[in-house]
Amino acid sequence: MRLINRIPNRPGAVLLAALPFVLLLVAYSVASDIRLTANPSDKLLPAPSTIAATAERLFTEPDRRSKEILLWNDTVASLARLMGGVGISALLSLVIGLAIGLLPYARSLFSSFIAVLSMVPPLALLPILFIVFGLGETSKVVLIVIGITPFMTRDLAQRVLEIPKEQIVKAQTLGASTAVIALRVALPQILPRLISNVRLSLGSAWLFLIAAEAVASNVGLGYRIFLVRRYLAMDVILTYVIWITLLAFIIDWLLKTLSRRAFPWMEAGL
Amino acid sequence: MSFVSVRNVWQKYGDRSILERVNVSVDEGEFISIVGASGCGKSTFLRMLLAEETPSKGEISIDGGIPAVEPGIERGVVFQRYSVFPHMTVRGNLLAAEAFGTPLGRLPRNARKAAQDRAQATLDRIGLTHVAEQYPASLSGGMQQRLAIGQALMATPRVLLLDEPFGALDPGTRLQMHDFLMELRDETGMTVFMVTHDLHEGFKLGDRVLVFDKPRWDPVDPNVIGATITYDFDARNQGVPFQDILEKYPMLAAG
Repeated sequence: MRLINRIPNRPGAVLLAALPFVLLLVAYSVASDIRLTANPSDKLLPAPSTIAATAERLFTEPDRRSKEILLWNDTVASLARLMGGVGISALLSLVIGLAIGLLPYARSLFSSFIAVLSMVPPLALLPILFIVFGLGETSKVVLIVIGITPFMTRDLAQRVLEIPKEQIVKAQTLGASTAVIALRVALPQILPRLISNVRLSLGSAWLFLIAAEAVASNVGLGYRIFLVRRYLAMDVILTYVIWITLLAFIIDWLLKTLSRRAFPWMEAGL
Repeated sequence: MSFVSVRNVWQKYGDRSILERVNVSVDEGEFISIVGASGCGKSTFLRMLLAEETPSKGEISIDGGIPAVEPGIERGVVFQRYSVFPHMTVRGNLLAAEAFGTPLGRLPRNARKAAQDRAQATLDRIGLTHVAEQYPASLSGGMQQRLAIGQALMATPRVLLLDEPFGALDPGTRLQMHDFLMELRDETGMTVFMVTHDLHEGFKLGDRVLVFDKPRWDPVDPNVIGATITYDFDARNQGVPFQDILEKYPMLAAG
């Protein structure tokens, strides 16, 4: 039997899915153990039990000076920036994408501009943003917006252009105006695509967020990681990394569920 | 005065002539089949009737009105595919025909009940009541085309344009659709233009069959000369003309 035709059964598939995680954990534990046996005060690869203890402390114990649990403060601050940036981007890309896709005038006006804009490396603009918008929240949100909007806009515009011409003509013969075509024909059909775009862009959004926080901030997940780096606090860093990964995973799962619930017609043909 | 009049219409894409000197006049209620080889311009002709394209010369008018520059409510259309909205249920697609004419595409509360009654009547007529809440993607090809025709008729267009409406259907479904279309046409007395690849279908359904072809070929550049209507058959009475001549001219009767 050819390899391409071999399909794992259900328990086998679960086992295979778990395997890389288990291997990573084992490899880390072994490496950590080797280093700790050689030098018990080694900080580079803390034992999994140390990380668990640190995690518990970070999630529950308030900071001695501020009497606040820093990890939650960091999470709230970072998520607010992330949601703000991604939300603004989603809205912008939806409006501009619809305009480019439906209106030839908007297409002539915007499409090459956005193509060029999407080539600008956003992180290179970070210093400019700090100078223009100051070191506060605005510059971080703007970085995310600049970073992900061009890609999302281009993709949505493309998706609008891919709506069969027949549908647009049909809507016109039913008496639909441009606004009605935008709101009732194009918009509902690109909303699922918007959600999948947001899912794809969240990775970049996190990247820009952490980069901005690392450079200038006083609260935030990225800020904390780069702060404790000075003390070589690997247990704290690893806890934060795992926490960020978990948050990203949960957001992705929520969006996926939302998409499936909100757009039943997408799966009608399956 | 004819209902749809096409006067000396030419269509060129750059240097390529697609259609030239197309003249035809159609009475209200006639069913016109349009046949011809691939690339002979019959779909272009339909797009011009639809006002999706404007002719480079000449004009097309319905009921003596000014030539349209974009598709509108007086023309209904059914394409081979993609004629219904995939994100709306079957019922939603029919209601859209009523709602799309409003400024925001949503029916005002007081008009909703009447529209829903009309949608239900159409659903019953096209036989899709049992799948009213499903999405088009889960319907068969024949059902989708019935929905598309029902949706077009909900908007009560003055002419109905069909672009190979049954081209993607299997032969059995196609025969059912023929009966369905003929019934609807007898009920509404609508003027219909249908582009088809199937000669038999064209003669079976149409009152007239227009054949598009190039009248002559330029030996150097085949793009110089466009297609035109080369034959205009009377397809009533199974395509045998003059069967009802005695009704029109009784004095021709023998004896």
